Amino acid sequence: MQWPEELPDILELRVDASGVTHWDSRLCVFLLKLGEGGTERRLSFDPTSLPRELCELYQLATAVPEKTDARRPEAKGQFLEAVGHYTLSWHDLLITTLEFSGETVRAFCRLFTGAGRLRKNDFLAVLQSCGPEALGIVALISVLVGMIIAFLGSVVLTRFGAEHYVSYLVGYGMLRELGALMVAIIMAGRTGAAFAAEIATMKANEEIDALKVNGICPYEFLVLPRLLALVLMFPLLTVCGNILGLISGGVVSYLLMDVSSAQFIAGLTKAVGFGDLGLGLVKSGIFGILVGWSGCLRGMQAGNTAADVGLATTSAVVTGITANALVDWIANLL
Amino acid sequence: MNPAPANEPPPLRVEGVTLAYGDYVVMRDITFSVARSEIVVIMGGSGCGKSTLLKHLIGLRQPAVGTISYEGKDYFHIPDEERDKLLRRFGVLFQGGALFSSRTLSENVAMPMREHTDMSEAEIAETVAYKLALVGLRGFENYYPAEISGGMKKRAGLARALALDPDYLFFDEPSAGLDPVSSRRLDDLILHLRDSLRTSIIVVTHELSSIFAIADRAIYLDAISRRMLADAPPSELLARPPDPCIREFLTRAGSERLHGVNS
Repeated sequence: MQWPEELPDILELRVDASGVTHWDSRLCVFLLKLGEGGTERRLSFDPTSLPRELCELYQLATAVPEKTDARRPEAKGQFLEAVGHYTLSWHDLLITTLEFSGETVRAFCRLFTGAGRLRKNDFLAVLQSCGPEALGIVALISVLVGMIIAFLGSVVLTRFGAEHYVSYLVGYGMLRELGALMVAIIMAGRTGAAFAAEIATMKANEEIDALKVNGICPYEFLVLPRLLALVLMFPLLTVCGNILGLISGGVVSYLLMDVSSAQFIAGLTKAVGFGDLGLGLVKSGIFGILVGWSGCLRGMQAGNTAADVGLATTSAVVTGITANALVDWIANLL
Repeated sequence: MNPAPANEPPPLRVEGVTLAYGDYVVMRDITFSVARSEIVVIMGGSGCGKSTLLKHLIGLRQPAVGTISYEGKDYFHIPDEERDKLLRRFGVLFQGGALFSSRTLSENVAMPMREHTDMSEAEIAETVAYKLALVGLRGFENYYPAEISGGMKKRAGLARALALDPDYLFFDEPSAGLDPVSSRRLDDLILHLRDSLRTSIIVVTHELSSIFAIADRAIYLDAISRRMLADAPPSELLARPPDPCIREFLTRAGSERLHGVNS
């Protein structure tokens, strides 16, 4: 709406709307702008000359004065300010992460000293959902990974006439590395994400607050059973994955390179031992802790809206997979 | 009311409390106390910090300044075990009920008993049925929170809050979302709890009929000045309002202005 630069000799604004019978919000917006603009220019505007319904709408919109301190300062978009905010957000994230880790360790200590307790039914339910119910997808992926390693072997090893070494490749690959890592990646996407979404939703629904005021430690109640279940189930899933991966690798070796099962098994027993299996299982247990930790952590750090639940799920998966890859890399360096 | 002996500290005392989110101050310098067997209503317009104050009272947030003490002990400076014991004497009804969504109503109500008492399963089942009957939800024991309406969730939340016969009850907007009959029944129940169990009850609400029906004292929080403007029985506030905005609040005076126009 345009106001003329000069308003000579005008003291009052009046709108003749007597002939108006129908209107929509645009007229109200116009009248509001007129009233505001008039006030700025010290012109009086009396809405009571408007038709009654219109006048009521005008007065409803102006009845509560603007809360002057409610407006947020507009983002200036300054680079340094953005960097500052970003750094501070990392600081907050670090504090909440440390708090979460500390509280979780404390809950574990209470459990082992007998001061805390594990709710059996909750624990069994989590155990069921992250063990037997995850077996299908873990089995499928492990079979495929075993086959892929054998395929790779067939491409590379046949060039050197070293087909019978394919069992070394499959055995080493599955037992020491990929068995545990694939379980970790699948479970980060499947169970870690589910933990984060569930806990974040509980937070948005005030359920975590309700636990606290009922004198129930949310770490003991929610985090402990989830972490313990993953630490127990990861090695078991890894053993299943290893067995299936070795079998599927053996089948592909037979089909593509005519390596007989006897040759394959003989190669395996020479290539890998219980040490390799043990290493894979220890890693797997650690991966279990990391997946559970990142899922529960992101859930507890979430805000209170639906969008925050989505963010928590995403960051749980990203954190889980990154932490696993990093730990695996460090383990290989050692 | 039953006045406490002169030397005994009040069950709940809030002293010089400032509520803040980071640098943003919601309310300054709140002081009041609640006696045994007393209902105090915290009222005020939307967004004035009523629910925030309640979150502080139940220990979910620590005040920026000031102390909140129960029976003379500062809530935020007592040993963990003592705080756990105190929490067992709290019952809180959250705005949306805050039921555990993965559990049935009876499991929700039973949870505080399973956690904090050595009652047998049979005793728990009987008590749960009684608590659900108190809030008019008999027969809904095996429903999940997702299967019932918002008002029913709220009533189930109340049943859970009453599970351990608390000494302190906190209600966040108890009648919002309830039909008039349920709301009236809830008021009766609140009065009954005060008189029979000598519970100290703090209710956050802006439901006028409830305020006049149940409040022994009402505290008014003003969003504009960010201060507590009144602490008195509602009838007295109506007769001699210490501030015009309180009269407007208690008589819905704001709407007269509108209906007086052009007529």
